[in-house]
Amino acid sequence: MTLTSERAEYRVCPVTQFKVDLQSEALIKVNAVAAVVALTIGGIAAILIALTRWEAVGLLPPEWFYRLLTVHGTNMLIFWIVFFEMAGLYFGATILLDARLPKPAVGWLAFGLMVVGALFVEITALTGNSTVMFTAYEPLGSNEASPLFYLGLILFAVGALVAVGLFFATVVMARVEKTYEGSLPLVTYGLVVAAIIATYTLLSGAVALVPPFLRTIGIIEHVDPAFYRNFFWSFGHPAQQINLAAMVAIWYAMGVMTVGGSPVSEKLSRFAFILYVLFINLGSAHHLLVDPGLSFGFKTFNTSYGMYLAVLGSMIHAFSIPAMLEVAQRRRGFTNGLFEWLRKLPWREPGFAALAVSMFVFGWIGGVTGVTMGTEQIDMVAHNTLRVPGHFHAAVVGGTTLAFMGFTYYVIPLVFRKRVKFLKLATWQPYLFGLGISLVAVGMITAGIQGVPRRTADIDVVREVPGTVHLSLAVVGIGALIAFTALCMYLAVVLASVFTGPRVEATSLALVQPMEPVPAAAEGSHVAPKGTFVIVLVFLAFFAAFYLANWWMLGRTWFVS
Amino acid sequence: MYPPAEVWWRPIDRLERSWVIIAFVWALVLTAMMPLWFVVGKQNVPVTTYRTTPERFRETVEAFAAEHQVGERAGIPVVAPPPGGDAYVYAQRFSFYPILQLEKGEEYRIHVSSLDVQHGFSIQPVNLNFQIVPTYEYVITLTPTESGEFQVVCNEYCGLGHHVMTGTILVNE
Ligand code: HEM
Ligand SMILES: [Cu+2]
Ligand SMILES: [Cu+2]
Repeated sequence: MTLTSERAEYRVCPVTQFKVDLQSEALIKVNAVAAVVALTIGGIAAILIALTRWEAVGLLPPEWFYRLLTVHGTNMLIFWIVFFEMAGLYFGATILLDARLPKPAVGWLAFGLMVVGALFVEITALTGNSTVMFTAYEPLGSNEASPLFYLGLILFAVGALVAVGLFFATVVMARVEKTYEGSLPLVTYGLVVAAIIATYTLLSGAVALVPPFLRTIGIIEHVDPAFYRNFFWSFGHPAQQINLAAMVAIWYAMGVMTVGGSPVSEKLSRFAFILYVLFINLGSAHHLLVDPGLSFGFKTFNTSYGMYLAVLGSMIHAFSIPAMLEVAQRRRGFTNGLFEWLRKLPWREPGFAALAVSMFVFGWIGGVTGVTMGTEQIDMVAHNTLRVPGHFHAAVVGGTTLAFMGFTYYVIPLVFRKRVKFLKLATWQPYLFGLGISLVAVGMITAGIQGVPRRTADIDVVREVPGTVHLSLAVVGIGALIAFTALCMYLAVVLASVFTGPRVEATSLALVQPMEPVPAAAEGSHVAPKGTFVIVLVFLAFFAAFYLANWWMLGRTWFVS
Repeated sequence: MYPPAEVWWRPIDRLERSWVIIAFVWALVLTAMMPLWFVVGKQNVPVTTYRTTPERFRETVEAFAAEHQVGERAGIPVVAPPPGGDAYVYAQRFSFYPILQLEKGEEYRIHVSSLDVQHGFSIQPVNLNFQIVPTYEYVITLTPTESGEFQVVCNEYCGLGHHVMTGTILVNE
């Protein structure tokens, strides 16, 4: 059964046998290109601001530091991530379901709105007309930013909302037209979760940004700053859950693509995604823990939703994904000891390297520090210190960005149909990027623990800081140089492959190190993921140690209530 | 990545089930720690807040400074509030006013607000951090447990001079 009379044109992917709607494929390409452009701009800003925070270098004058920090935050956190997610949504809704886009024109409209919005922000921020940070807190934001800055952000959010609407329409139509059998594949399921969160997130974003926009053009006089903070973070915080859900979906995809196997328990993995939808939809109070005017009850309820069930969701994925790999490996016969399966994983395969490093940096650094400083009282020793960017660089850079980077290496042959060039670079890139960004994150976290503020061009002017602070900031700078090098490697591979490579049809999923298929006979057998169990227990011990150390640290400061 | 086959309702593995239970217990611990500390801990996030206006708050701070001034540093009054009493500090691009002089081990109710944009109130090197939001008067009940000279650093971006914004708290033995 077809819903509309519009006809789509397809090609069949020779490797995966997926049917690819050519219109959808074109939208994937343009969104991916826009994402990479934003990553390039944000990356150049990144190295410049990082070398400013490394006090021994102190590269930029303060005015340029703040200007480029605004450029970095908007390009990275908003444009790079969201454009890439749009590409991911088209991929999950059409290719993975063998489906077509109901109305490709809507996709182009969405893309157009997003590009125009991004350009407005880009121009006003780069020319120094909106040096207000991506958060644009009131009343600084509407005092100093240009109306075009807000208009740009609003257009971008509306465009993204339109694309999310198209995604839902596509998934529904695929179901009605029966383009796939049985349940939704887990990856698409994860993307549906991301899209559900995106819908109300983008709506609150529009609601948050409209009043300051109206103030810049003189229609209203006053925007309540606390009200704005609340609405802004009802948008900004769950936006990170979109990244989380999308990243986890891509983790599953990359695991299947590079190692094979299938989730140990589909039921549990899906349940974990449901926990995301139900329990991290607001969470705005994470950012408001030490704000005036909010009660203990509201904050602890809002951040934990009664209980830390979203954290539970992530901890389930942290088991399910390695377990999926371990089970596949053991079925291949790598059954010696606890960890033979681990050693025999395809460590040279870029997608696997990205998966492994991304999971590690996200969980061990990003997750642990995030849950810890999201604890109501502990936030008093963390709020607005460098610990905060330390946490989210591990999460959204070492985690999400690296996962997206790894995934791109597979999009190049399968969607752009180009041979990936410089495979050696592609293999090393995830390790180098992971190392660099981990140093950035750890340097920031240790500086933050020593009280160094975030978003600050120079800390020597107001107080004498100990040498350990300078050491931490040097680690940030060195890590940034490494991460920036790896970012350039990524860009080199992507740009050279896409723009100079000959068109070829992919012949296999793996780029460097193909794995034997899991023997069909072993598929049904029961295999216990013992190695994974040990890994997650060690992880939990580390988590608990860091968490409790922070209570201890808090307990030593002045009494406050 | 592919639509799942019948394995969908395969029973959950024993180890996986154990992990879910362990993780759930950990989630309970995370949850319980906050109310527990709320009752027994000595460091809890202040909640008392009043609405104010920049004009009104400036007047209050100036009256307070005039009443309890004990000295002056670089043109800014040094003010010693009565132990157990109220103290008032405003933040304004790019300074804090006035300088407070406190006694170690005494409790003070420190009211902070901003006369212009949002700022941070970050006591260093103690490392206690709060958000200052204009039109809201935040009351931080504080007991210094060590003596010396401490800096108040602004840790919310508040304009191009943000990094030079600083204030002082003196704590006597
Ligand atoms: C080469 C990689 C990167 C380096 C070296 C880097 C470095 C930095 C530095 C030094 C800061 C300033 C911290 C401060 O002073 O408060 C910063 C801020 C930030 N970065 Fe990155 N970054 C990188 C990549 C990314 C990516 C990929 C994202 C997002 C996906 C990102 C998101 C942010 C955000 C949201 C901020 C905060 C901006 C603000 O405070 O308004 N960064 N980064
Ligand atoms: Cu300030
Ligand atoms: Cu400031």
